[in-house]
Amino acid sequence: MSSLTTEATTDLQQLATDIVTQARKAGATDAEVVIREGDEFSTTVRLGEVETLKESGSRGIGLRVFVGQRVASTSSSDFTEDGIRHLISGALGLASVTSEDPFVGLADAAEFGQVDFDLNLYHDDVYSLPTAERIEYARRCEAAAMSADTRIQNSDGGTFDAATGRKVFANSRGFVGEYLSSYCSVSTSPIAMSKNGEMQRDYWYSTARMLGKLDSPESVGAEAARRTLRRLDGRRIPTQRAPIVFAPEIARSLIGAIFEAANGDSIYRGASFFTGKLGEQVAAESINVIDDGTIVGGYGSSPFDGEGLPTRRKVIVENGVLKTYLLNTYTARKLNMQSTGNAVRGLAGNPGISSGNLYLEAGKLSPEEILREVESGFYVTELLGQGVNMVTGDYSRGASGLWIENGELTYPVQEVTVAGNLKDMFRNITAIGNDLDFRGSVASPTLRIDGMTIAGE
Amino acid sequence: MTTSTGHQRYFFEKFGLSERLLERCLGEALSAGGDYADLFFESVSATSIGIDESLVKSASQGVSAGCGIRVVSGERTGYAYTDNLSADRLLHAARTAALIASGPARQPVAGFTETQSPNLYPIPAADLDSDLNTKLNLVMRADRSARAYDTRIKQVRASYSDELKRILIAASDGTYASDTQPLARLNVFVLANDGQQTTRGTGGGGGRVDISYFLSEKTPEHFATEAARTAILQLGAVAAPAGEMEVVLGPGWPGVLLHEAVGHGLEADFNRKKTSAFAGLIGRQVASSKVTVVDNGTMPSRRGSLNVDDEGSPTQETVLIENGILKGYLSDKLSARLMNMPHTGNGRRESYQQIPMPRMTNTYMLAGDDAPEDILRSVKRGLYAVNFGGGSVDITSGKFVFSASEAYLIEDGKITAPVRDATLIGNGPEALKYVSMIGHDLQLDEGVGTCGKDGQSVPVGVGMPTIKLDRMTVGGTGQ
Repeated sequence: MSSLTTEATTDLQQLATDIVTQARKAGATDAEVVIREGDEFSTTVRLGEVETLKESGSRGIGLRVFVGQRVASTSSSDFTEDGIRHLISGALGLASVTSEDPFVGLADAAEFGQVDFDLNLYHDDVYSLPTAERIEYARRCEAAAMSADTRIQNSDGGTFDAATGRKVFANSRGFVGEYLSSYCSVSTSPIAMSKNGEMQRDYWYSTARMLGKLDSPESVGAEAARRTLRRLDGRRIPTQRAPIVFAPEIARSLIGAIFEAANGDSIYRGASFFTGKLGEQVAAESINVIDDGTIVGGYGSSPFDGEGLPTRRKVIVENGVLKTYLLNTYTARKLNMQSTGNAVRGLAGNPGISSGNLYLEAGKLSPEEILREVESGFYVTELLGQGVNMVTGDYSRGASGLWIENGELTYPVQEVTVAGNLKDMFRNITAIGNDLDFRGSVASPTLRIDGMTIAGE
Repeated sequence: MTTSTGHQRYFFEKFGLSERLLERCLGEALSAGGDYADLFFESVSATSIGIDESLVKSASQGVSAGCGIRVVSGERTGYAYTDNLSADRLLHAARTAALIASGPARQPVAGFTETQSPNLYPIPAADLDSDLNTKLNLVMRADRSARAYDTRIKQVRASYSDELKRILIAASDGTYASDTQPLARLNVFVLANDGQQTTRGTGGGGGRVDISYFLSEKTPEHFATEAARTAILQLGAVAAPAGEMEVVLGPGWPGVLLHEAVGHGLEADFNRKKTSAFAGLIGRQVASSKVTVVDNGTMPSRRGSLNVDDEGSPTQETVLIENGILKGYLSDKLSARLMNMPHTGNGRRESYQQIPMPRMTNTYMLAGDDAPEDILRSVKRGLYAVNFGGGSVDITSGKFVFSASEAYLIEDGKITAPVRDATLIGNGPEALKYVSMIGHDLQLDEGVGTCGKDGQSVPVGVGMPTIKLDRMTVGGTGQ
C-alpha cells in the first residue's frame, strides 16, 4: 500500500522550497521547512487469533522562521493553501515575541551537505508481503514461544510492524534534500507461570530495514520463551555491594547515558557531569564510544542531520578520555565550537541533539568469560524505571536478572534496585564483551561494573 | 456557555462533515460484518513558549486534525486513520478498518443518541494565540522568581504550553458525543551550583484550565519557588539509604505509588487477558483494611478529567479498592462487553492515530484519620519521600518502581538530612498491605502526570494523603 513512490518526490521538495520562499517574502530573513510523510502497518496476534490490524498514513509540515536574531516555529497537518498561509503568518507572529539571541540562526552555507554514498535506508519490500502473510509472521513468532514449554500458556501476543517514511528538508540558504527510510519488526511477549501461580513475562524482537534481514519469527519466539522462563521463581537478595554484569540489551542504556552526558545542550548549561571534562579521563581506559550516522543500513543513519549538515563518524570517548561533545549549530556557537552534525528536529520547535548509531566498541572477552571471573554477583537482564539524574550522575533503578555464583548463572533475582553514580560507574567498567550486536541505533556489548549497591531484603 | 452541539458544529463547518456522512462511514465500516464500529474525529491546536537563560528562545504553534475508524469483531480490532477528512478518504479508511471482519454486512443502529455530559472544565473564550503576551509574561515571572530565590540558582528554564483538543465520536451503537478539552501547563526547571556541585530542581502544574488559573490560583512564582527550593535543598543532600525500611510518603504527587502499584494492574484489558498480577483477585484482600482507592474522571478542571472518554462515554468515579478489598477494574467498551462487567468510561487514546484502551483518569487514596506529624513521629528509622520523578510497572509480575526526587531521612521520629535521588521498588499486590497509617491530609497532585502505555501518552492525575508503609525497599547507596 506504500504511497511513497518517487513521483511525489519533486512535488514535496517543490512545496518545501515554495514555503521557504513565501516565508522570506512575508518578512523572514531565513526559513527552514521539514515535511514528513509516512505509512504504518501493524498487527498483533494473540493466542493464535488476530487481535488488532492497523494500516494508515499521515503527513505534516514544520516551519521555522528567523527574523534577524529571533526565531519561532509552527507545524501543521493542513497542506491546503490556506493552511500554509496560516503556517507562515503564525510563525512570523510568534517570532515577534521571542528574544534576540546572538547565537540563533541557520548554519553557514558552507556547512550544508549530505553523505555522498547510498546509506541503503529504504527497501519497499517491507510492504511486499500481503496482509495475510504479515499476520502469519506475528502468529508464527507467538506460536514458537508458546510451544517452547508447557509453563507458557498465555501471551501478550506476537506482532509484525512495518513502516516507511519520507523526510524532505529545505532552507533559505540553498539546502534541499530528502530521504526515504523503511522499517519492519517482529516480536512476541510470552507469559510463563510457575507451579505456585507466579507469572512472569519477557519479550524478544527483531528489527530490520528490509524484510529479508529480519530474524525468523521462530528464532525470535524461541528467544522470548527462553528469556521468560529463566525469570520464574525469582527471589530477592540481601542488600549488598557486588559486581554487576549488564547483558548487552541492558548495557546499551548506559551508552545512552554517555551520550546524554556529552550532549552539548547540557554542556553549555553546566547541566552535565561531563561539563568542562573535554580531554579528561571520564571512563575506564578500555572504553571507546563512537557515534556514527553513516553506517550503511544503520537504524541511526541518515544522509543529513536535522539542520541539513552531513552526518559523520566521531569518537566520543577514546581510551576513556572524553574527545568531543555532541553538538548542533546553536550549542556549537554557544561553546565556540563546530556542529558535529547531531541536530535533530521534529515538526515543531528548535532542533535538539540526537545520536546516529551509538555504540561502545567490542572487547575481547566472551560473555561466558566475563561471568566466569565473577565469584558472586548480579547478571542484570532488565531495568525498571527512569531513576537516572544526568545533572548529578545519581543512578538508581529497579532490576531483575540472575545471580552469579562461582562464575555460573544460578537462580533468578527480582524486586531489587541497583544504584551508583554514573561518574564512578563509567570508570569502574572492568570487563567488556565481544558480543556487540546492533538491534537498534544504540548498542553495547556485555559490561561488568564494580562497586554498585544492590538494595533488596 | 458552549453547548455540545457547538462542539459538533465546529467539525461540520470546518471539515464539511454531516450526520449523513458519519452514517455512511459507519455503514462502510460494518460492510464486512463486525459487532461495533466507531469514528473518532480530533482537531488539536497547541501553543508553547519557553524562556531559557532569561531569553525567550522558543515559541511554537501546531495544528493537526484527523479521524480514526475502528471496527470490532469479537476480540478483533481493525483500525485505520486519515488526516484528510474528505468523504473519499474517510470512506477509504472505513473500508480498510472493515478488513478485520469477514461476514455479511451489519447495519449500524439507526439514529444517534447524544451523550449527555457535564461541563467539568472551562473552554477558553479567546483563541489560544490571542494572549501570547500574557503567556510570555508567565514564563518571565517564573524566570525572575527562581533567580531571586537564591544566588546559587544559575540556570532557569520555564515553559508554558497549552492545547485545545476538539473531539467528535460517532458509533454504530448510536453513541454520539463531542467535547472541547483544554489542557495547560507551566513548567520550571532550575540548576543550582554552590561552586562544588550542581543540582537540579523542577516545579510545575496545571490542568484543564485556561490561563487565568496561573494568574490567580497557582502562579509562576509558586512553581518557580518550588523548583528553586528543591535544587538548593539537594546541594546539601546525603546518599540515600539502601534496603528495606519504613517509608512515609507525603501527600499529593507521591500518589504515583497507587498509579504504578495498583492502577495499571487493574486496567481491564490486562485482566481480560489474565496477564495482570491482579487477575482473579476481585473480592480478595490486596491492601491493608485502611486503604480505599478510587479512580475519578469527574473532578472539575483536573488534568486527568474528561467530560466524555475517547469512546464517547461519560466518565465516573470507580472504586478500585475498598477497605483493602479489590472491588473493580477500569474498563472500556470492548473489555466491558467481553468480560461482562460494568463499563466505567475509561476508554482513552493519545490521538486519532491510536486504538483506545482502558486507562486511568485521576487515581487517589481516600483520607484516613492520622495526623501527618504522628505518622512521622512513629518512625524509628526510615525515609520520608515527598516528591517523585515518575514510576513504572511490570504488569505481569506486579513489580513496580517510583523514583524519589525529594526525600529525607527519618531518625527517631524526626526529619533529618535530605537524601539524593533514589528509586523505591515493591510488588503491587503486596505493597499496600503494609500501609499502617493514613493521614487526614488528602491532596491531589499539581497537574503534571503523563501516563504511558503501549506507546500512548495521556494526561492523568494522582493523589494521596500522607501514608506510612511498614516496609518498602529503598534503592540508595548508603547505609
